[in-house]
Amino acid sequence: MNPILKLLVQRIALGLVLLFAASVLIFVGTTILPGDVAQNILGQGATPQALENLRAQLGLNDPAYVRYFNWLGGVLQGDLGTALTNGQDIATSMGGRLWNTLFLAFWAAVVSVPLAILLGLIAVRYRDRWPDKVISTITLATVSVPEFLLGYIAIFLLSVTFPIAPSLAMINDSMSLGAKLQAISLPVLVLVLTVLGHMMRMTRAAILNVMQSAYIETAELKGLRPFTVIARHALPNAIAPVVNVVMLNMAYLVVGVVVVEVVFVYPGMGQYLVDHVAKRDVPVVQACGLVFAAVYISMNILADVISILTNPRLRHPK
Amino acid sequence: MNDELNHLLARTVQGRVSRRAFMGRAAAMGVTAAMANTLLATSLRAQEPVKGGTLIMGLGGGESTNSLDPALAASQVPFHVLRTTGESLVDTAADGALEMRLAESVESTPDAKTWMFKIRKGVEFHNGATLTPDDVLKTLQRHSDEKAQSGALGIMQGIESMKVDGDYVSVTLGTPNADLPYLMGDYHLMIQPGGGIETPADGIGAGAYKIVTDEPGVRHVFEKHANYWDSSRGHYDRVEFIVINDATARMAAVQSGQVHIANRVEPKVAGLLARAPGLEVKNVAGRGHYVFIMHCNTAPFDNKDLRLALKYAIDRQEMLDKILMGYGTIGNDIPINAAYPLFDDSLPQREFSVEKAAEHYKASGHDGSPIILRVSDVAFPGAIDAAALFQQSAQKAGIPLQIEREPGDGYWSEVWNKQPFSASYWGGRPVQDQMYSTAYQSSADWNDTRFFNDEFDTLLLQARGELDEAKRKATYAQMAAILHEEGGLICPMFNDFIEAVSNKVQGWEANGVQEVMNGLAPHKTWLA
Repeated sequence: MNPILKLLVQRIALGLVLLFAASVLIFVGTTILPGDVAQNILGQGATPQALENLRAQLGLNDPAYVRYFNWLGGVLQGDLGTALTNGQDIATSMGGRLWNTLFLAFWAAVVSVPLAILLGLIAVRYRDRWPDKVISTITLATVSVPEFLLGYIAIFLLSVTFPIAPSLAMINDSMSLGAKLQAISLPVLVLVLTVLGHMMRMTRAAILNVMQSAYIETAELKGLRPFTVIARHALPNAIAPVVNVVMLNMAYLVVGVVVVEVVFVYPGMGQYLVDHVAKRDVPVVQACGLVFAAVYISMNILADVISILTNPRLRHPK
Repeated sequence: MNDELNHLLARTVQGRVSRRAFMGRAAAMGVTAAMANTLLATSLRAQEPVKGGTLIMGLGGGESTNSLDPALAASQVPFHVLRTTGESLVDTAADGALEMRLAESVESTPDAKTWMFKIRKGVEFHNGATLTPDDVLKTLQRHSDEKAQSGALGIMQGIESMKVDGDYVSVTLGTPNADLPYLMGDYHLMIQPGGGIETPADGIGAGAYKIVTDEPGVRHVFEKHANYWDSSRGHYDRVEFIVINDATARMAAVQSGQVHIANRVEPKVAGLLARAPGLEVKNVAGRGHYVFIMHCNTAPFDNKDLRLALKYAIDRQEMLDKILMGYGTIGNDIPINAAYPLFDDSLPQREFSVEKAAEHYKASGHDGSPIILRVSDVAFPGAIDAAALFQQSAQKAGIPLQIEREPGDGYWSEVWNKQPFSASYWGGRPVQDQMYSTAYQSSADWNDTRFFNDEFDTLLLQARGELDEAKRKATYAQMAAILHEEGGLICPMFNDFIEAVSNKVQGWEANGVQEVMNGLAPHKTWLA
């Protein structure tokens, strides 16, 4: 068997095992949350009789492991169940939210990844000179400011003081792509600023590491322009760590943007998850947890595979 | 015309700025006197409703878990959705009077036990069906069924039997209740075709707008119901609610003009927001109040002197100024204020008094061990700061108050109504009887002060069956006096409803029954 294929299969199988383990953790975690679903749905004024009825209706009286396997069986058949609180089909209502989250993450990635790598290259080219210092300072500053504050600053400057972008990133199916992009301009800006620093610094560090090598000196002695040396000779050998940090940030863009979603009222997964956690809507929390775990795991597998493919030493193991 | 001039104009029309001041300041902005006069005249004329347009409201208090089923509504956004799409038999008007909606009239037997609602004719639901008394009966029956899990179940439990009688729906109670018509205005009791028994969450009602897009926790879009029966309401073609739970985002949206109305303005930003051009901050005294509650049957709060000591040891004015920034009114240790019908204002206001607090504290013989007050941010906005103020003022009287911060998660199930001394809040109720019977009657589920007083209970039942308003008012005054003296309720303040409203919105009314004009902004306002 082709070693690369074998490796791929291995990684994916490991990922699935990991996902299964995550599902157990999610289930256990949601089951030991304080409070009781029925109590939270009905509120303070629930009579004991109404609570009992609702518990029976929701199957909350079954032991936890029975509920877990019932749920897992459904998930394997693509049925995520229905939300306890409003009876909507989880797959349908979550699908739209997930799509929105991916849409936002995609555009943030489209802007931030090339920008981060480009800035990293520039920083290396002018190492320890003013362009490097300016880039490092600004990206460090934006990565250090909490993202909700960046969001509020962006809203204050760009929609209240100088109204050029909407503060509400409301998108829906009836909008054209252009209108959607305009609506998400501020959240994309904030997300780009949040992840840029990390990726840019990693790119810079990885390339600088390679720059110490003898072949770089050779390339310089050949008389190549400094930027060509960096982009053609140093960057390809620094891809592995860069890809890793890019993938980590992409995963963050999908699962970690709840604060940005709340600030810009963006109808994504984060807000959806938080609402259902507050109501102890266990099936939805489990479904969201599973999707988030799957995103994280697959991003990491992808990063692994790309690092291996770009590294001849790993591609052809002895 | 610039924003500042517009703002000034709006305030002049509302009578907040005098005509003379307006002319003066307009001149300062370079507007001639003749021009200023014309502007003012045009603005004053513009009080006729204008039809059409889209109203956009940015609302906090909605979740992805919300359903369109009227029985299940509990937070602000579902409340507004129901008030926009649905119509109930009656409503509580801004002045506390009963307003007839789907019922044309209501009569009762002299014993206040049987109530007959005459159902309006020619009312059409959004699905084209015509309203019949049978729809009303079935709606009420559905809410009486425990399986529906209705928020109005408590109201319905007092009903013994219901029947359709020609154009009337008659309701017979187990015990007399002079306030029954008000209770039928509860926002859960929106009349649905067929009572909503088949499809409770289809969103079809008899209100001025029908729902066209329902994305819970995100947005709700409504269009005018063409055959709505009441031509004096529902001026917009389209109404949109955007759920904005984050307070800062909500304020930014109204400031940048993306929404016309934002609810739940925090008191600490209200003053700043009022200075922003193009919008106005509206506040109206509500019935909601913030409370510290002591269990009257648990030591050390089973001692009346200790309860009184704590009541005297709280500085209500300071709390109103610092927690609500003045956007509220002072409480008097009863859950009722002037916003309620039949309120008697002769009860003396309890003032902060170090001497009296110390005197009662001494009389209580408390051993000096710390008195634990449990609070959390979810109890009410600023609850932790309020508790700190309480602690300081109590210290002046030598009362050792100790604050325990509790996690917001689980506060309502683990602390409130369980621990002997905690912070909490109450929303208003349409009538005094409902407020008292929800939380102060001995048998109430939510008797969160463990107040068991036979005389109070007797008076409550007596007032409920009394159709003579003067006599009821006197009885309520007596009950208030008992609670004021004996009760476990420390009520420092009633909070205002504060909303930010664009200057484009006309026809705004002060209505403190519930927030945003009791949910009637889409019905009664229009865009200039």
